[in-house]
Amino acid sequence: MSVLVVLPVVLPIVGAALSILLGGSRPAQRAVVLTVLGADVVMAAALLVEVDRHGPVAVQAGGWPAPVGVTFVADRFSAMMALVAAVMLLAVLVYAIGQPGAERNHVGFQSVYLVMAAGVSAAFLTGDLFNLFVSIEMMLTASYVLITLGGRLDQVRSGMTYVVVSLVASVLFVALLALVYASTGTVNMADLAGRIAELPDGLRSALAVLMLVVFGIKAAIFPLYFWLPDSYPTAPSPVTAILAGLLTKVGVYAIIRTQTLLFPAETRPATLLLVLAAATMLVGVLGAIAQGDVKRILSFQIVSHIGYMVMGLGLFTVSGLAAAVLYTVHHIVAKTGLFLTGGLIEHAGGSSRLTRLGGMVRSAPVLAVLFLVPALSLVGIPPLSGFIAKLALVDAAAASSSYAVMAVSLVVSLLTLYSLMKIWISVFWSPATEPLASPPDRAHGEHLGGPLLMVVPTAVLAGLTVAMGLAAGPLYDLSMRAAQDLLDPSAYLTAVAP
Amino acid sequence: MSVLLAATAAGLFAVGTYLVLQRKLSRIIIGLGLLGHGANVLMVGAGRAGRAAIVDGGGEGALADPLPQALALTAIVISFGTTALLLALAYRSWLLTDDDEVQDDVEDELVARRGLPDEDLRGGPDPSDPDDDPDDDTGDDTGRGSHRATDAGGTAGEGR
Repeated sequence: MSVLVVLPVVLPIVGAALSILLGGSRPAQRAVVLTVLGADVVMAAALLVEVDRHGPVAVQAGGWPAPVGVTFVADRFSAMMALVAAVMLLAVLVYAIGQPGAERNHVGFQSVYLVMAAGVSAAFLTGDLFNLFVSIEMMLTASYVLITLGGRLDQVRSGMTYVVVSLVASVLFVALLALVYASTGTVNMADLAGRIAELPDGLRSALAVLMLVVFGIKAAIFPLYFWLPDSYPTAPSPVTAILAGLLTKVGVYAIIRTQTLLFPAETRPATLLLVLAAATMLVGVLGAIAQGDVKRILSFQIVSHIGYMVMGLGLFTVSGLAAAVLYTVHHIVAKTGLFLTGGLIEHAGGSSRLTRLGGMVRSAPVLAVLFLVPALSLVGIPPLSGFIAKLALVDAAAASSSYAVMAVSLVVSLLTLYSLMKIWISVFWSPATEPLASPPDRAHGEHLGGPLLMVVPTAVLAGLTVAMGLAAGPLYDLSMRAAQDLLDPSAYLTAVAP
Repeated sequence: MSVLLAATAAGLFAVGTYLVLQRKLSRIIIGLGLLGHGANVLMVGAGRAGRAAIVDGGGEGALADPLPQALALTAIVISFGTTALLLALAYRSWLLTDDDEVQDDVEDELVARRGLPDEDLRGGPDPSDPDDDPDDDTGDDTGRGSHRATDAGGTAGEGR
């Protein structure tokens, strides 16, 4: 079964190479990409089942034993993330095929997309700090290309900000790796877990803070979030959706993984993380309220919701981490769904500015439903996945008496509702003020509000957030087991170095 | 780590940071390159001199630790690729704007204008709700206007 750990990384890279060779034929490219991503979903699901039954699985690349060779490890948390990521990548690719624009006009779209898929899977499954750097670079470089695909002025301008900020973070990452290697003599995460504990306190805190900064830029937590709402909205909508869903979560995953695995329990920066979480939540949602564009409102909300995940981590209890895991999974699904709907709104209304849209509850009732379900899920309305994730989080905060951050999280939920209702009222409920700027071509029966291939993946994600709400019990149990693994990494350590 | 390597890394970081904070894209790109070099020098310096490679054998003392060098090589390759991409982006930006300067964020200006007191808006050329502006109009208006004002007939024009 151990081959399942590396296949989600290897297969997309092979697929990317194949799809470059098949550049002359778009249908052949699509067949390759859909096959690869479909296989990815199946493999990730099998991996999750395997890991949940028998504990973490490790693979030593090239057969070199652990501290020397490059290790790939899957435990419950990374397998869960890999599965959700694979499902999102497949759904968004189908949406991109249905949308006129991004995917149809660029020969390289599929290969770049697959490279990003490989990078995301590798980041979740690697057990080596330097390999984590390489995976994140792989994923980011692909995203630089995707975000500036159209080459328009606004894309180049915001893409530039994104690339420069990401590169500064990468430079800090290399510096961090140098310092880690100089002080411990290893970059294997399982090996580091023991060696970092032996370091002097000051050095260890310096490494912890530097790690928090490096991954905090990728995850867009409070003082380091400013690049995100600027750069995401200008990309083609499927690209925005996949970046919004996955890339920041890789940062969150890296923060959770490094803070729990590498640093001994008594030295974890719990209070710092809780303060950062509260600030991230507040600043993000206030930014969302100030904006007047659908995609920018949604982008600011990503920042706000990253705060919830960091809050779960900052509690450093099993229930807190379980809530963080659950919240991350829920947020990936709900946010990707919302951005896909945002793309459909733009497609049907010709703009994503609130002042230029209106009356869509009549002209596109399907979109209204597709928007409302993930939006209410994000706020945390009962039958949906957001409710169980928020309930778990608030419950965990109350259990460890962190009432201040709990109050902030509840207020921010209310403000999230306000900012989403702003979209709902001006896009769907208010009367259409003017004839649409560019009327959608109704020629091929767009009574759904968009092409079928765009609507179906969006509907699947909306359905998924309902299903996750209904399957709350098993899902929460799985998150609890994942959180126990995170706080007690002995199984992880023995899997890597038996 | 030798003092010389540490000082080199520090110097590269200092110059790189200064250049990244400039307003011209070409300087930012050079600055990022220097920052990357600084990190790589730090990486090479992180190895312990005199430690043998993985293979068993004699010659301890005359060898350098190979791992950080391998890591630095990987990092160099990655930064080579991203720098090429950045240069392409900067070139496209120059083609589109005739300018090498980082453009302002249009949406930020819209939000900022909404926050101005009413009397400031009343005297302005466009007192109506800023959201009514067509997107493409605000798109290149701001960037270019400020460029012409500050940098009249600058290097970009001569370059053509």
